[in-house]
Amino acid sequence: MNQLKVLWNGIIKENPTFVLLLGMCPTLGTTSSAINGMSMGLATMAVLIFSNLIISLIKNLVPDMVRIPSFIVVIASLVTILQMLIKAFAPEIDKSLGLFIPLIVVNCIILGRAEAFAAKNGPVSSVFDGIGMGLGFTLGLTLLGAVREFLGTGKVFSLTVFPDSYGALVFVLAPGAFIALGYLIAIINKIKKN
Amino acid sequence: MKKLESTWYNMAVVLTLISVIAAAALAYVNEQTKGPIADIQQRNEAQAIKTVLCDDNAVVTDTIVNGDVVVYVTDNGAAVKTTDPQNGSFGGGLTIMVGLDPEFRVLGYTVLLSNETPGLGAKAGEWFQKGGKGDIIGRTAGQLAATKDGGEVDAITASTITTRSFLRAVNNAYAEYAKVINK
Amino acid sequence: MAYILIFITAIFVNNIVLSQFLGICPFLGVSKKVDTALGMGAAVAFVLTLATIVTYLIQMYVLNAFGLEYLQTIAFILVIAALVQMVEIVLKKVSPSLYQALGVFLPLITTNCCILGVAILVAQGTYNTQGLEANLLTGVVFAIATAFGFALALVIFAGIREHLSMMNIPRGMQGMSIALVTAGLLAMAFMGFSGVDAGLAKALGL
Repeated sequence: MNQLKVLWNGIIKENPTFVLLLGMCPTLGTTSSAINGMSMGLATMAVLIFSNLIISLIKNLVPDMVRIPSFIVVIASLVTILQMLIKAFAPEIDKSLGLFIPLIVVNCIILGRAEAFAAKNGPVSSVFDGIGMGLGFTLGLTLLGAVREFLGTGKVFSLTVFPDSYGALVFVLAPGAFIALGYLIAIINKIKKN
Repeated sequence: MKKLESTWYNMAVVLTLISVIAAAALAYVNEQTKGPIADIQQRNEAQAIKTVLCDDNAVVTDTIVNGDVVVYVTDNGAAVKTTDPQNGSFGGGLTIMVGLDPEFRVLGYTVLLSNETPGLGAKAGEWFQKGGKGDIIGRTAGQLAATKDGGEVDAITASTITTRSFLRAVNNAYAEYAKVINK
Repeated sequence: MAYILIFITAIFVNNIVLSQFLGICPFLGVSKKVDTALGMGAAVAFVLTLATIVTYLIQMYVLNAFGLEYLQTIAFILVIAALVQMVEIVLKKVSPSLYQALGVFLPLITTNCCILGVAILVAQGTYNTQGLEANLLTGVVFAIATAFGFALALVIFAGIREHLSMMNIPRGMQGMSIALVTAGLLAMAFMGFSGVDAGLAKALGL
């Protein structure tokens, strides 16, 4: 029961994209389409789960004063491993996410969860926290990507809903990212109040 | 288990240990993925050559490398990997592969790498294809220009800059291939 | 002349925050007041320039030299973290007044992705060099220009938000929501600069 609560917490109550507003750079930079947003979300989730697991396992071996540098080394290694695996086995994703893959290292969600959760809890709940937060992040990015893709090109997950020429390209470009996220947050605020 | 004290000795040992394990893990994965990564790059390039020449049996007879530009010469034209020589485009530019026949008509093209604003690069991948709005297939490379600049190619909606950059790259492919032919 | 072009392109045309989406966290987090925005901008400029130089040298003379390119991310982030610590300590000793002005922002910079992002771009040479060779000098010019762009966006945005805080905003839109929409409009304004670089290149005869 407790694990489910941790999961739920990550996906809805403390949704990293819409509630905590963490990791805004990849959120805005990679959501030009639903599929791009989803790949970024899943990549981050993979790193988050493993970093939470490893950190909860080694937390007692690491003296407090070198806690942060040790965590950063763990996270950076995981990100680099992920980067190499993506390059080798999913080059399409590498092409569309580019620079944002190494930048997962500085995504505040990862270090934030390591500090706030994994450093205080056991491995099992830490993994669940990673899955929950990761799913919440993936959900947020996919939703934002879908909205931008829909408004900008008339497609969702590359399936045409209305013709391309009626789309407002600005939503695929930089300004649209900010505006779409702003309105999504407003809508979610509204729903939460009711 | 009790938490380790923050003594200099403990800290140094732990940090070194973590770094060594991390470096070893990375070295191992790097070793494992090096092969597949190189394979994929080679396969993609080989596939791109065939796609842009519209010829599944194209055989590269000569490869000429000139800085970032690579000309793959075949018996029926050449596939040229090139970027925009001015690099004046949004994020750092497009890398494209253009197929040209010996009369310098565009047979096909594909976007290999795009550091463009996300979304625009993807658009360039479809816009200039056969049946696209800015169809350049069959046109003669060298003097291609957007309608805005007095040319004949329709620019991508709301991104003249990307269009210009793309066309400069195509024209550059012509220039490089012409150099090879005239040799 | 091309250096001027790199400068203008990085500040206006390819603004790091508003068109490249790097450094969004401090952009949204530390932009409620113009004063703090200025402080953050200065701190980022300082660390970004220093970090770019150090990481470039490490890439060239350590990672590339020994075939350790796969350690790039890990090496860079550690260098940046260490550098931030060092700057903090040195500033505290050498110039307490400057430390007081920038001190609060320094720890925040480690996780500012524009530092790591620019360091990687410069080390790989995949930034807009305007036809120049991608070496240490162009890299540093690019880094400084990027930092200026960051500071400019941050200060303008803070100025707008100072005014926004006095406005009557619908309840659901309050806080981050209206800030993001404002940032979107600002990004749209900066899009108006696109193409300026090509025109300038022509005017300067490059």
